[in-house]
Amino acid sequence: MRATMWGAAALIVAAGAASAQTLNDVRSRGVLNCGVNTGLTGFAEPDAQGVWQGFDVDICRAVAAAVLNDPMAVNFVPTTGQTRFTALSSGEIDLLARNSTWTFSRDTELRLDFVAVNYYDGQGFLVPRALGVASAQELDGATICIQTGTTTELNLADFFRVNNISYEPVPIANDDEGQQQYLAGACDVYTTDASGLASVRATFENPDDHVILPEIISKEPLGPVVRHGDNEWADLVRWVFYAMVAAEELGITQDNVAEMASAPGDNPEINRLLGTEDEYGTMIGLDAQWAVRVIEAVGNYGESFERHIGEGSPIGLARGLNAQWTDGGLIYAPPFR
Amino acid sequence: MSDTHARTVAFSRDTMLPPVPPPVRETGAVRWLRENLLGGPLNVALTVLSLVAIWWALSGFLPWAWRGIWDASSLTECRARRDELYGPGVPAACWAIIAERWPQLVFGFYPQSGYWRPPVALAVFLVAVMPVLFPSLPRRMLWLLPPAPFVIYWLLWGGSLWGPATVAAGFALGWGVWLLARRGGAGAGLALAAGVAAAALWWWWIAGPLAGTLARGVPLALQPVLSKDMGGFTLSFVIGLSAIVLSLPLGVLLALARRSEMPIISTVAVVYIEIIRGVPLIVWLFTAQLLLNYFLPRGTNFDLMLRVIIMVTLFAAAYLAEVIRGGLAALPKGQFEAADALGLGYWQSMRLVVLPQALKISIPGIVNTFIGLFKDTTLVAFIGMFDPIGLTGSIRATTAWNGIYWEPYVFIAIVFFVVCYAMSRYSIWLERRLEREHRPAT
Amino acid sequence: MTAIPDRAPPRFRAGDLLGDERWRGLTIQALALAALGLLGWFLISNLVANLAALGKPIDFSFLWRRAGYDINQRLIPYTSDDPHWRAAVVGMLNTLLVAVLGCIAATIFGVIAGVLRLSRNWLVSLLMAAYVEGFRNVPLVLWIIVTFSVLVHATPAPAAFRGEEAEASMLFGLVAITNRGTYLPRPVWGDGSALLLLVVALSVVAVWVWRRLARRRQEETGQPLPVLWVSLAILLVPPALAFLALGRPLSFDVPAVRETGIANFQGGIAVLNSFMALWLALSLYTGAFIAEIVRAGILSVSRGQTEAAYALGLRPGRTMRLVILPQALRVIVPPLISQFLNLTKNSSLAIAVGYMDIRATLGGITINQTGREFEGMLLLAGFYLTVSLVISGLMNVYNRRVAIKER
Repeated sequence: MRATMWGAAALIVAAGAASAQTLNDVRSRGVLNCGVNTGLTGFAEPDAQGVWQGFDVDICRAVAAAVLNDPMAVNFVPTTGQTRFTALSSGEIDLLARNSTWTFSRDTELRLDFVAVNYYDGQGFLVPRALGVASAQELDGATICIQTGTTTELNLADFFRVNNISYEPVPIANDDEGQQQYLAGACDVYTTDASGLASVRATFENPDDHVILPEIISKEPLGPVVRHGDNEWADLVRWVFYAMVAAEELGITQDNVAEMASAPGDNPEINRLLGTEDEYGTMIGLDAQWAVRVIEAVGNYGESFERHIGEGSPIGLARGLNAQWTDGGLIYAPPFR
Repeated sequence: MSDTHARTVAFSRDTMLPPVPPPVRETGAVRWLRENLLGGPLNVALTVLSLVAIWWALSGFLPWAWRGIWDASSLTECRARRDELYGPGVPAACWAIIAERWPQLVFGFYPQSGYWRPPVALAVFLVAVMPVLFPSLPRRMLWLLPPAPFVIYWLLWGGSLWGPATVAAGFALGWGVWLLARRGGAGAGLALAAGVAAAALWWWWIAGPLAGTLARGVPLALQPVLSKDMGGFTLSFVIGLSAIVLSLPLGVLLALARRSEMPIISTVAVVYIEIIRGVPLIVWLFTAQLLLNYFLPRGTNFDLMLRVIIMVTLFAAAYLAEVIRGGLAALPKGQFEAADALGLGYWQSMRLVVLPQALKISIPGIVNTFIGLFKDTTLVAFIGMFDPIGLTGSIRATTAWNGIYWEPYVFIAIVFFVVCYAMSRYSIWLERRLEREHRPAT
Repeated sequence: MTAIPDRAPPRFRAGDLLGDERWRGLTIQALALAALGLLGWFLISNLVANLAALGKPIDFSFLWRRAGYDINQRLIPYTSDDPHWRAAVVGMLNTLLVAVLGCIAATIFGVIAGVLRLSRNWLVSLLMAAYVEGFRNVPLVLWIIVTFSVLVHATPAPAAFRGEEAEASMLFGLVAITNRGTYLPRPVWGDGSALLLLVVALSVVAVWVWRRLARRRQEETGQPLPVLWVSLAILLVPPALAFLALGRPLSFDVPAVRETGIANFQGGIAVLNSFMALWLALSLYTGAFIAEIVRAGILSVSRGQTEAAYALGLRPGRTMRLVILPQALRVIVPPLISQFLNLTKNSSLAIAVGYMDIRATLGGITINQTGREFEGMLLLAGFYLTVSLVISGLMNVYNRRVAIKER
């Protein structure tokens, strides 16, 4: 019981030392430290009991299910736009699933690795219908609310420079502050990722009084991030995510996964994914049943999407770019082979 | 004699007139009004201005708050109820969010079955510090102080009682050894070393297994709670109170060091105090969040709450040091000289003569520092911790309450006001009392 | 009886290092220094090792790279093409601006509230007590957020100023208060304005000379000269004459709302609401603390002083100016300056309303875009520390000047 004593004395948790050890650390700790948003409707939000819910949260749960056999063994670390990457590089979290955009400099200079894209987004503009603006080109002289510490402020600066129109940025700290300022009329325009705009608009008292302009001024591929240098861990997170994607493509759902995994079927790729054929799990340091646990815990990509942000949820986002490639979207898992 | 007098003078009243009430303008409400509100044109103007200001401040707020809707499960429902009751667009608060989420604002994500624990821990703390704060209580109650932190720790974080208990036993053992060594005639340094060594041996070899055995034999345990589950006002209190208590010894040492005659020691203290006080708390918090891990061996990872408590403790110590230095400076020089004249050594004179008096004078300042610190705990919201203000953000992220704004802030402001106002009243009361005590001495 | 022999000076023994008063101080200091050195070495070597392992050794060259973000309040020219250091300077100036203006406003609020709280008018003193206690006992962050929201909700949008039958109108036709910010007229300096400035400067010098003259005369002869009216005349008449003579070189660029496109004010000086909110909340909050300091200061001057001054025949105004204030100030100024220090540090709470101070530019966006958190935080802490040390240095100078000379 010396562990108890140390816990009592200092609450110190020793995390991994060398860089290629994240998996071992998570295992020995028995819990995954996962960085999420402090609160973004549909993507990460704690409910009244403090249980985290959301599309990004599902990634954390999926990884925990695969590695620790328990989707609830996640220690959610709420991070702000300002603290998220440092929390990752300093080792406070093992995985960052916080709608972070994959960019060149973040991937290289910030020493991060984006393992996949779980949501293809783009920056859009939300304006009141009364403003009488139909295109972002007409926003000359507008006052625009933006969240600081994100790529949006850089995109905004670039867009208005290129189009040679003037604007005035109103930096705000987080999403709910932004909504408030926009609704109060402190800015003419609210800009953030289009997904965020849709969910914001859905909660307004009169959603029809507001329109999202057709222009999407940036590419915002959002995805889970890990520290640079631990390739085993990056591989693991990447393939946990792709297992969810492949499951949707292959028709594996939360309901039928147990049945499909009980015996090898006709489709060899399903068999390889669900561990009824070959030992793919061992190649990423896991057992054969890893993907079964992932899908049992959070469902396939489409189910997770539908549950938290899809058209059936209060947020009501269409799949759009985030449909499977077979449906004309960009969601595409490399083959399990 | 009145008789004689009465005869020699043409007229003299021989009965007392009954007392006449003072003129209307000199009594009751009228007089009060005249003296306090309407004396002179300037006063009238000020009164009118004040009335306008009060009207301006309350005419918007009170109806809104009064119309408040208490039973609804989402903002949409609140709006529907409001439209039904008062008509659309009428300002009405939606207190339902407080009714539904107040436990979260108070306890964060603390397990519901354990909601009794933080208040009990606070009560234990209050009872333990009572004898320090109210000098009229019996001195014997001071014995409640040493075990309190362990009980509070156990109540808040849960787990087996025997963990904190064996750690506490280590302290007791160390103290006992020190006492024995002193009685046995050992030097101060030697006795201290022996005490520390005994405690360390105890913690290293015995405490863990003993706690384990005891826990198996007598399983006294509470459901363990992770510090990340603490939020809301519980978090504010835990950070604020532990920082102020932990920073007290450090603050005393820093204050003594700053007054020390040894140049290096006092320089170090001055540099530390000035650096900490010169930089805003929010920058220190970002340091705790972003940088502290960089300063520790690779792979060390603390609980964020612990990092914040350490940082706030280091921060508060610098402020407390200045408060205590003020207390030391206020002490008459004669006290120091008298202690020296008695042949007391430095630590003896500090322990027996100087510090008890200096700390007593400093209590109001310490309480004021704590009020400031308690209010400043709201800054942890900016590093992603769920203090009450941070929680409002995540509550509003849920679809049910998305778009609500003022109500949680009003609730938080009222709670802060009540707590801080009570403490500041106490501090003023104590200051007056200390002034009275010191008056006859001069 | 044995005579006590003269003892030879005791030989130095190792034990003396702790036991002997003469050496103990040195030993303790040496030990403390060694411990500090070890601690410092431990921290710094860890830091270097950690940063090297992450592949970002300490390097300040990011300051010269393109910043890429816009700042909505700039006291010096800045565009998103400028380097990060320039963004940091813009933020620095914004911090100093809100700090300096905040200190001035806080002093005004504090003095008014402190004096009024001593008023015999029950309502006024109650109101001031409510103000002081309300602001002192609620966290500043909340006040900043609330002030910001009140400003936004209580003021009209720029669109309301538009058209023939505008719902809102500008104050005196010069100042527009909107939910984006307050727009003030901006002076435009025409030809000959240099000369005008010169005249103003000369007037100021003349006022100063006149005051000295009056003072010396009063000290020598006891005859007071009229100071106030003459000063005002010197200050106003020559510049006004010069202004007319030079053909009105100074005009004002009055803000106006755009009549087409998106309604917004153009021209003039824009004082953004984020600045207004931070500035107001900071100065009201600090003002509440200053009010208590002022009250305590005035109460600290014993009533006998006033009575003595009256007995000497001084009128109330002079009593206040020559007797009470100099004594009260000695009590008031040191805590007042430490409140100024607090205000400056608290200006970092700009984060709550998105005011672009140095923490938001250098300590926020720049760190975020470049990943140089250590370097950024170091510079940030250095900046605040420098400001604090300068202010407390000034305080020490003042304290030394007003200290009661003890003889």
